[in-house]
Amino acid sequence: MATWRPDPTFYPSPRSAMKAPPEELAFVVRINPNGDGRPDAICVVDVNPRSSSYGKVVGEVEMPYTGGELHHFGWNACSSMLCPNAPHPHVERRYLVVPDIRSSHITIIDTKPDPTQPKVAKVIEPEELFERAYYARPHTVHCGPDGIYISALGTPEGDGPGGIFILDHDSFDVLGRWEIDRGDQYLHYDFWWHLGYDTMITSEWGTPKMVENGVQGEALLAGQYGHRIHLWDLHRRRRLQALDLGSEHQMVLELRPAHDPTKAYGFVNSVVSLKDLSSAIWLWHRQNGSWAIQKVIEIPAEPAEEEQLPDILKPFKAVPPLVTDIDLSVDDRFLYVSCWGTGELRQYDVSDPFNPRLTSSVQIGGIVRRAGHPAHPAPLNGGPQMVEVSRDGRRVYFTNSLYLPWDAQFYPDGIRGWMVKLDVDPEGGMAFDPNFFLDFGDQRAHQVRLQGGDASTDSYCFP
Amino acid sequence: MVDPGDIWPWLSLALLGAFHGLNPAMGWLFAVALGLQERRLRAVVAALLPIAIGHAASIGLVAVAVGMLQLVVSRAALLLAGGVVLLAFAAYKVATRFRHRRWVGMRVGPRQLALWSFLMATAHGAGLMLVPVLVHLFGDDAGLTISGTGHASHTGVIGGSLELGMTAVAVHTAAMFLVMGLIAVTVYQVIGVEVLRRAWINLDLIWVSALALAGLVTLGLGLLAL
Repeated sequence: MATWRPDPTFYPSPRSAMKAPPEELAFVVRINPNGDGRPDAICVVDVNPRSSSYGKVVGEVEMPYTGGELHHFGWNACSSMLCPNAPHPHVERRYLVVPDIRSSHITIIDTKPDPTQPKVAKVIEPEELFERAYYARPHTVHCGPDGIYISALGTPEGDGPGGIFILDHDSFDVLGRWEIDRGDQYLHYDFWWHLGYDTMITSEWGTPKMVENGVQGEALLAGQYGHRIHLWDLHRRRRLQALDLGSEHQMVLELRPAHDPTKAYGFVNSVVSLKDLSSAIWLWHRQNGSWAIQKVIEIPAEPAEEEQLPDILKPFKAVPPLVTDIDLSVDDRFLYVSCWGTGELRQYDVSDPFNPRLTSSVQIGGIVRRAGHPAHPAPLNGGPQMVEVSRDGRRVYFTNSLYLPWDAQFYPDGIRGWMVKLDVDPEGGMAFDPNFFLDFGDQRAHQVRLQGGDASTDSYCFP
Repeated sequence: MVDPGDIWPWLSLALLGAFHGLNPAMGWLFAVALGLQERRLRAVVAALLPIAIGHAASIGLVAVAVGMLQLVVSRAALLLAGGVVLLAFAAYKVATRFRHRRWVGMRVGPRQLALWSFLMATAHGAGLMLVPVLVHLFGDDAGLTISGTGHASHTGVIGGSLELGMTAVAVHTAAMFLVMGLIAVTVYQVIGVEVLRRAWINLDLIWVSALALAGLVTLGLGLLAL
C-alpha cells in the first residue's frame, strides 16, 4: 500500500535513526526442537517497561507447515527505501519475511493492522525457490533499495554454491539468483553492504550437507569450513575480491558493516581457531581502492575439566568461546559479541575500529559456567547467541539457541530457551534488566527483530 | 507586447519544469546525497548539470516525436493519440505502483548521473506530461510571436519546429534546474535530510494525477479540434 508520507520508521541517516522512540514490541523466532508436530512460530514480545505484560509473549503466529527450523528473518522494507538512486519512500515497513533454514519455505507475515496479532500473508513454497533460483536453505534477509535480498546456504541437493536471491518488494515473487559472476565463491552464510560504496560483502559457513548433521569433526580439522569473506560490486553483481582469514580460522559468520555510508569498514566474527579454539573479530576496511582485513579482537578458550565437557570438546579440555553473533550499534560506537560457549556477552568500544576496547561484560549460561540471571538463579544453559541492539543503542536483547543440530552437540542435555535484556549506559557499560527474563520452556528462541527497525536491519544512503 | 494567450504555454512549460525539479526522485536528493558522501557543497552543485542534461534529453525525445508527428498527422489526431497515450501511461504507473529499477549505484560519474536522470524522467513520463503544451505550441504559429517581432521567421517548417521544440525544452529544463538547484543547496546547507521524513509527500500520487489531467486536457483539445 502506498502512503502519503514516508513510513515513520524510515530514517535517512543513522544519526537520525538514533533519535527513534524506544521500541514497544519485539518479534522473536520460537523453534520447536521436539519433533512432535508443533510448528515453529514468530512470537510477539512486549518490551515496553510501562506495560503490565512487559517481558511476556503477547501474541504469536505459527508457521503453516511443520518439520522446518526457523532461524533468521527480516523486514520487507526499511530506511534504504529513501536512497536517492532508487527511491520508494512510500512503501510500508509491514511484512516480516521469514525463511526456513531446513525446509526452505519462506513465510510472509503481515504485522498490520494489529502487530500483536500477526497473520500469515503468503507462503513461498520450496519448489518456487528451487525452480527460480536453484538455491535452498534460505537464511539472512535484508531490505534493499530495489528488492528483498535473501541468502541461501546452498542448492536443493545440499551442496554449494550458496548465494543470494531477490524477492520482489510487492508480490514477494522469487526473481532469481543475484550473482552474475561469483568467481570461486562456493560457501555462503551472511551478507550486507556499504551502500555508499556500492559494495556487497558475503561470508562463509558451510554447505547444507556440512552443517545439517552437526559440526563434522573431520571437515573442521581439515579446515574445510568457510574462512573467507567476499567483496562484490553491488550494482554490477560481480565479485571483486576475496579476503582469506587463513584456514585455521573456521566459519566466518556475521557481517556488521558501519551504518554510516561514508565509512568503508565493518566487523565479522570467526567462530573457532584450529590452533587454540579461540574466536576472533576481524575488521575489513578499504585502502587505496581495494579491501583488506585484519584481526582486531581475539577471545581465548577457557580451560575446563573433561567431565564438565560434552563429548565433542572432551579431547580439548577447554571451552571455546564460540563467538556466533556480533552486532554493531547504529552509531557504529559499540560492538556486542556473543560468546555462546563460555556464556558471556561482551561490549567493545569500537570508536577507533582498529583498536577495540573492552568496556563491559555480562555472564549468563555457558557450557561450563551455567551462570544465572537476577530473575532466575543458576544453572542456566545455552549462552548469549542472537543479539539485537535498539536503534537508540540503549537496550540490547539476546536469546540462547544457535541451531538445533549444533545445540545438541554443545549442550547435549538440551537447551531451555530464554530471552533477556540489557540496559546500556550511553558512555559504555551494561547490566541485566532484572525484570526481563522470558522463559521459552522446552522451546528455543533465536533471532530477535524490533518493531520499527534495529541495528542489524536498516541501512542508510545518507551519513 | 506579448499576447497573454501566447504566454500561457511557456508558463505551463516553466511550471511543469518547477514541478519536476521539486520531485526528489528527479534529482535534487541524489545531488544532496553525493554532496554528503563527499562532504562538500561542490559535489552537490556538480551533480546538477548532468541531472538537468539527462532530464532535457528525456523531454527532448518527446518534443522531437511530437514535432515530427505534427508534420504528418492532423492536429486532432495527434491530440487524441497523445491523450490516449498519457492516460494509458498513467494507468500503467498506477498498475505497477511506480516501481522502477535501480539503474545506477551510489557512486556515479557525470555520465551515469545523466543516464540515471534520463531514465528516471522517461520512466516517470516527465516528457509525456508536456504533450498538450507541445502540441499547442507546434500547432500554433502564435507560439513563435513571443520573439517580439510579431512575426515568426521560418526558414522552413521543420527548422521552425526544431527551434521551437528546443526552446520549449530549454525553458522547461531551466525552470527544473533552478528549482532543483535551490532545493538541493538549501537542504544540503541549511535544512538537512532529516526533512525527508516529514516533507517527502507522495509526489507519485500528484504526479499520476498530473499525467491523467494532461491526458484529459489533450483528449479534450483533440475532440475540440475535430
